[in-house]
Amino acid sequence: MIKPRKGWAVSLDKIISMRNVNYTYMKNSPLEKQAVFDISLDVEKGEFLAIIGHTGSGKSTLVQHLNGLIKPDSGTITVAGMPTKGKGLKELRRKVGIVFQYPEHQLFEETIYKDIEFGLLKQGIEAKERERRVRETAAVLELSDEILAKSPYELSGGQKRRAAIAGILVLEPEILILDEPAAGLDPAGTRELFDIVTSLYKEKHITVILVSHSMELVAEYASRIIVMNEGRIVIDGSPGEIFMQAEYLEKIGLGVPQITKLMARLSEFCPGIRRDIFSVRAAETEIMRCLGGGK
Amino acid sequence: MIRNITLGQYLPGSSPLHRADPRTKIIITMMFMVLLFIINSIWALLAAFVFVTAAFKIAHIPFKFAIKGVRPVLYIILFTVVLNMFLTEGKVLVNLGFAKITEEGLLLAAIVSLRVFMLIASASIMTYTSTPIMLTDGIEKLLALLKKIKVPVHEMAMMMTIALRFIPTLIDETDKIMKAQAARGADIGTGNVFERAKSFIPILIPLFVSSFRRADDLAIAMEARCYRGSEGRTSMRVLKYGRIDVAIFLSFCIICAGILMIHYLI
Repeated sequence: MIKPRKGWAVSLDKIISMRNVNYTYMKNSPLEKQAVFDISLDVEKGEFLAIIGHTGSGKSTLVQHLNGLIKPDSGTITVAGMPTKGKGLKELRRKVGIVFQYPEHQLFEETIYKDIEFGLLKQGIEAKERERRVRETAAVLELSDEILAKSPYELSGGQKRRAAIAGILVLEPEILILDEPAAGLDPAGTRELFDIVTSLYKEKHITVILVSHSMELVAEYASRIIVMNEGRIVIDGSPGEIFMQAEYLEKIGLGVPQITKLMARLSEFCPGIRRDIFSVRAAETEIMRCLGGGK
Repeated sequence: MIRNITLGQYLPGSSPLHRADPRTKIIITMMFMVLLFIINSIWALLAAFVFVTAAFKIAHIPFKFAIKGVRPVLYIILFTVVLNMFLTEGKVLVNLGFAKITEEGLLLAAIVSLRVFMLIASASIMTYTSTPIMLTDGIEKLLALLKKIKVPVHEMAMMMTIALRFIPTLIDETDKIMKAQAARGADIGTGNVFERAKSFIPILIPLFVSSFRRADDLAIAMEARCYRGSEGRTSMRVLKYGRIDVAIFLSFCIICAGILMIHYLI
């Protein structure tokens, strides 16, 4: 069951529906390796879904199915009412934006402005509209005009990352998929990026799918979490439900956020304290409540 | 997208051919290629064909992989077959009016195509059973004599090793960038020639940039570990001839002698 967290708008339209999806890399060769096994998954419109799993658990492979970059060996996938094959692929890719790991590696134009514009040009959108959308997206991602005029190779890591993400967001996708968006960013850059994604999510009511192995991030932002292990979905639920299974998560090499561990330890000394806490702020409130109640 | 290419071609296994010293395999492959050009009777070539098939069996590599290797030159083979079939003078078998097929032509076509097929199949056994690194190690050791006349054998081998080592990495990288650009709506390899060429720019530029970055990183990493070329360097994998190599080499020699006998006697 999906339990919407307070403040998150959740409507109940299915936007993604996967049924019994299997996919094998290098099929029919001695090196073949099945990456996803019999995955069935429904995502509602407006969810903030996180997919976590160890390296090689099939999470990146899974999300690449969602805009037809990978076609399943068997099973069916419907995204935004369209199958992920055949003629509608281009339209589908407009609706589903994927930000890959290290997206800054895909920058290629002379200037950031041109690079952000690339996808729009490919869609044949007229000049005025292009300009409006590039400027708007750049503003959201805090890319100044000065940065827009620069070459991708003159920017800092964080700026490059934001510029690359702008290149996806400018297409105004209905579903935004982020594959390890924080990899290689410092804590400040990570926070900045997630604040931007969260505000987009709240304002534009898009569906966000976050692929990560960082428990801290996932716990703080997602409304629903899927845990993958060896190509299968092993747990599916709200952050509260997921992190109650700390032992199992440890077993498959994941673990729970540090703060949740701390709360678990505290509950040994202070019975009655809540353990389903995933952020430092929530922990602070809960500890204060407990201390206050003790007086 | 392009993940499904087997380049570098190594197929892991533990057959005697996999365990043999790369030098043995290189020398045998070269000798076999020379042999293929010496023999020109169809029976000797068929005997050699049986030998190649047996080698695939021993290495536990499905024979279809031999055919897979030949695919790129398939048209060249077909072309020579057709030319030989129609243009050789001799006893006419079929007369089509504008062209005729002769017995000698058919025989020649069979010989040429068998020869080309085996050239490639024998080379691919070598690459299927040894990692690229093993092969470059072998080449370096085989060419060690040239060091005496100041040929930079080690440096060349190192460059080859690095190039081979990065092929899979580059394939992965290309795959990733292609996907990323496709996700932004780029259609790669469609349209007319100019559009097609232009559509590769979004892939090639990031690829070049990352290759330079990788080269730079690698150079620093090598310097940090005090790499200074070949002088006094030892190798982590010391190549050693073993019983297996002797056995393989001897049986190869016997088979060669057999094939040569067929060639000269029949």
